[in-house]
Amino acid sequence: MSDVILRMRGISKTFPGVRALDDVNLEVLRGEIHAICGENGAGKSTLMKVLSGVYPHGDYTGEIEFEGQECRFGGIRDSEHRGIVIIHQELALASNLSIAENIFLGNEQSKRGLIDWNRTNADAAELMGRVGLDENPVTQVLDLGVGKQQLVEIAKALSKRARLLILDEPTAALNDEDSAHLLNLLRGLRDEGITCVIISHKLNEVLEIADRVTILRDGKTITTLDADGLTEDKIISGMVGRDLDHRFPPREPVIGEEVLRVENWTVHSPTQHGRLLVANASFRLKRGEIVGLAGLMGAGRTELAMSIFGRAYGTGISGRIFKDGREIKLRSVGEAIKHGIAYATEDRKRYGLNLIEDIKRNVSSAALRKLARRGWVDDNEEYQVAESYRQSMNIKAPSVASITGKLSGGNQQKVVLSKWIFADPDVLILDEPTRGIDVGAKYEIYTIINKLAEDGKAVLLISSELPELLGLCDRIYTLSAGRITGEVPRAEATQEGLMTLMTAGQEARP
Amino acid sequence: MSVAPTRVQADVLKKAPGGPRRFQLNLRQSGIYIAFAAIVLLFTILTGGDMLAPQNISNVIVQNSYILILAIGMILVIIAGHIDLSVGSIVAATGAVAAVLMVNHDVPWPLALLITLIVGGLIGAWQGYWVAYFGIPAFIVTLAGMLLFRAVTYNILGNRGIGPFPEEVRTLANGFTEGYLGNIGLGALGGADLFTLLIGVFAVGGIVVSQWRSRAGRLRFGQVVEPFPLFVAKIVTASVVVMFVIVQLARFRNLPWVLVLLAALVLGYSLLTNRAVFGRQIYAVGGNLQAATLSGVKTKAVVFWIFVNMGVLAALAGIIFAGRLNQANPTGGDQLELDAIAAAFIGGAAVQGGVGKVVGAITGGLIMGVINNGMSLIGAPSEQVMLVKGAVLLAAVAFDVWTKRRAGASR
Repeated sequence: MSDVILRMRGISKTFPGVRALDDVNLEVLRGEIHAICGENGAGKSTLMKVLSGVYPHGDYTGEIEFEGQECRFGGIRDSEHRGIVIIHQELALASNLSIAENIFLGNEQSKRGLIDWNRTNADAAELMGRVGLDENPVTQVLDLGVGKQQLVEIAKALSKRARLLILDEPTAALNDEDSAHLLNLLRGLRDEGITCVIISHKLNEVLEIADRVTILRDGKTITTLDADGLTEDKIISGMVGRDLDHRFPPREPVIGEEVLRVENWTVHSPTQHGRLLVANASFRLKRGEIVGLAGLMGAGRTELAMSIFGRAYGTGISGRIFKDGREIKLRSVGEAIKHGIAYATEDRKRYGLNLIEDIKRNVSSAALRKLARRGWVDDNEEYQVAESYRQSMNIKAPSVASITGKLSGGNQQKVVLSKWIFADPDVLILDEPTRGIDVGAKYEIYTIINKLAEDGKAVLLISSELPELLGLCDRIYTLSAGRITGEVPRAEATQEGLMTLMTAGQEARP
Repeated sequence: MSVAPTRVQADVLKKAPGGPRRFQLNLRQSGIYIAFAAIVLLFTILTGGDMLAPQNISNVIVQNSYILILAIGMILVIIAGHIDLSVGSIVAATGAVAAVLMVNHDVPWPLALLITLIVGGLIGAWQGYWVAYFGIPAFIVTLAGMLLFRAVTYNILGNRGIGPFPEEVRTLANGFTEGYLGNIGLGALGGADLFTLLIGVFAVGGIVVSQWRSRAGRLRFGQVVEPFPLFVAKIVTASVVVMFVIVQLARFRNLPWVLVLLAALVLGYSLLTNRAVFGRQIYAVGGNLQAATLSGVKTKAVVFWIFVNMGVLAALAGIIFAGRLNQANPTGGDQLELDAIAAAFIGGAAVQGGVGKVVGAITGGLIMGVINNGMSLIGAPSEQVMLVKGAVLLAAVAFDVWTKRRAGASR
């Protein structure tokens, strides 16, 4: 019974500036469902990418032993060959191919170089039966809901004769019915002898399905526990119970009038028809205040922020926004900026910076008209502005004519912040401002955030790192499955308390 | 937790102190001028000096004027991250409109020109709508436009050409300034037009003064500028080239009017791309569309107006093209879009958008013009000209990709 199918020993993996995995150990028993829990950024997905060969041997240190043999995977094909199949959070299906084509993608059933369609579709139908997918094998994947697409992924994994199935957040995008079906299916697969490793934020699901749970925190293994007798609280305390090793600059909050109030904000998904991303969210920000927004991945934090920022994301948006007590309508990003609202994105490379341009042109890009007279930009003034930010923000670059694409993450983030500070907003929404930034630069970003509040601006800080929220914010809202589930003043906030609110009401998902 | 971050920081810090005062020559941008000089030199040697003869310089300018005008519009489209395959057909269609107005309906030429430019703008607006607001890739929209507007041309003209154009239009396309101030002797070079020479002197003076003031302004704000000897060398080179061309033109038949027009366009559009808010927004849209959107740039409007602008410039090129031939032709302007696109890419535009300069596109256009002209002077058959032009385009873009990859690897 207690036969170990997978043993990962001393796995470490470093990205530029960040140590994602630090001496991680994991043991998975044959025929069990093994859950991995941890905060965003704890290293769960990285560990699974190491296991499945996405990061090939040599990219990490440590050993992987599968079915008693040491493995050195050079890529996904190698790991799949051994029977380890990963299903990523973002499904990797070709949406305009049929179910059967997707199941056998890269593994085509062919005879003398020609695809044997009868065998492909018949085999697909059999696999679909095993996962309980009642559809025609020739149906295009884009006609399926997310729940059924997930089943196609699992059928695809089975077609590769998977013996170890890894699922990264498999139910994150599913409704209750589909989730229940999926969990049942996993139990069935376990009984057929397929071992499962599941990563999930939904702790109730973890307790319902897992045999054992491994908890990761800050890239380290904390513990592996038997699911029998385990409670959500116990998992949470393992996930967050870190000592506050970051230090935060001191600050005396001077909080003024209310500057922004959002009422009954509701946002629907632009890609999945009718799916609710944010439901009836209401919150308010005051001058000089730093307010946190805590939520797990997929809770709708970014969607909430971007939809407020001139409807930059989402459809079917409803709700009211009040600025300085007066209702305002924000139909475009330009209007939001005009009304003194700024949003610094979580993905600075894709949404925040023009990476082929230099620092000065990025700094000026959100408020170019401030530097222009009758539509003509004053180059020298632009240089001076950018240079003043380079010095005050301590952007480490030879000059403001340096290309932003060549800066480190922390310095890129400072350019993004400079850009929005130059636009002189009253409200700054900062989405994961310290993601992927090393510790030293984090402290500098914290100092900048404090300075903004000191200057009377209201800051809404979205972060996955609870210590960061606890160390900086005056109040913290928690968001779970698109709903605001709590509002906690700094004095009363604890990591455990927040985590409980952040995972609350997940069952009630529409 | 601690080892990697501190090392990364230390690297940055180490680089910083030596950096701020150092000036770096931009290989990608200056390379194009060096290549242009080399090609001119090569053909000057191959033709025994005929390349730089007064009449030939005049010919190169006049013969390529409409391609250069198209290249100005095209570089903006390409900087914004799009492409326009329809400009050849727009040239034909607008040329036909101008011909019908002036020849068949006796509309006074200034009004006819204005209407033609508006028609060009409307054609651009049509394509801009589909690209910017409807979201169809520009490649498809303008491929359709290429067929569509060629069909429109045939509809307007039937299967024949319409001409001749009024004297004024022919002069704009093909003519020269009068010798307003008479001739003066230039010793061994013979007589030359004083007016043309004076314009040249003013142009050189303008270059020197504006460059000097720009440098002084940058210095006042503590910016990095190129070393003084390099600055002087650049100004002297530019002045010598301008004066040489001017003297040769003054010796031949004075200033071509299209050169006056082109100079104004280059100046205006350079200013637009470098200094205007709208110009900056074009680079922002091409560099990172999402980031531009999230910075409050009205990205759809920017793309729309870029296409309107392309339409107007194509109409201008259409008038000059037709005026030069003295007749609007149903097959006129065929494949001009390829020349304009090639000019932009040879001139340093990036396929992904976000990069490019008006002066670069003009230089790219001149490189192709000089190759055309030089090879015909040495009597090379047209298939060889095509071969060389194709090779130059591929080499220019390969160089661009290579320098970018090298820059990426050294990170």
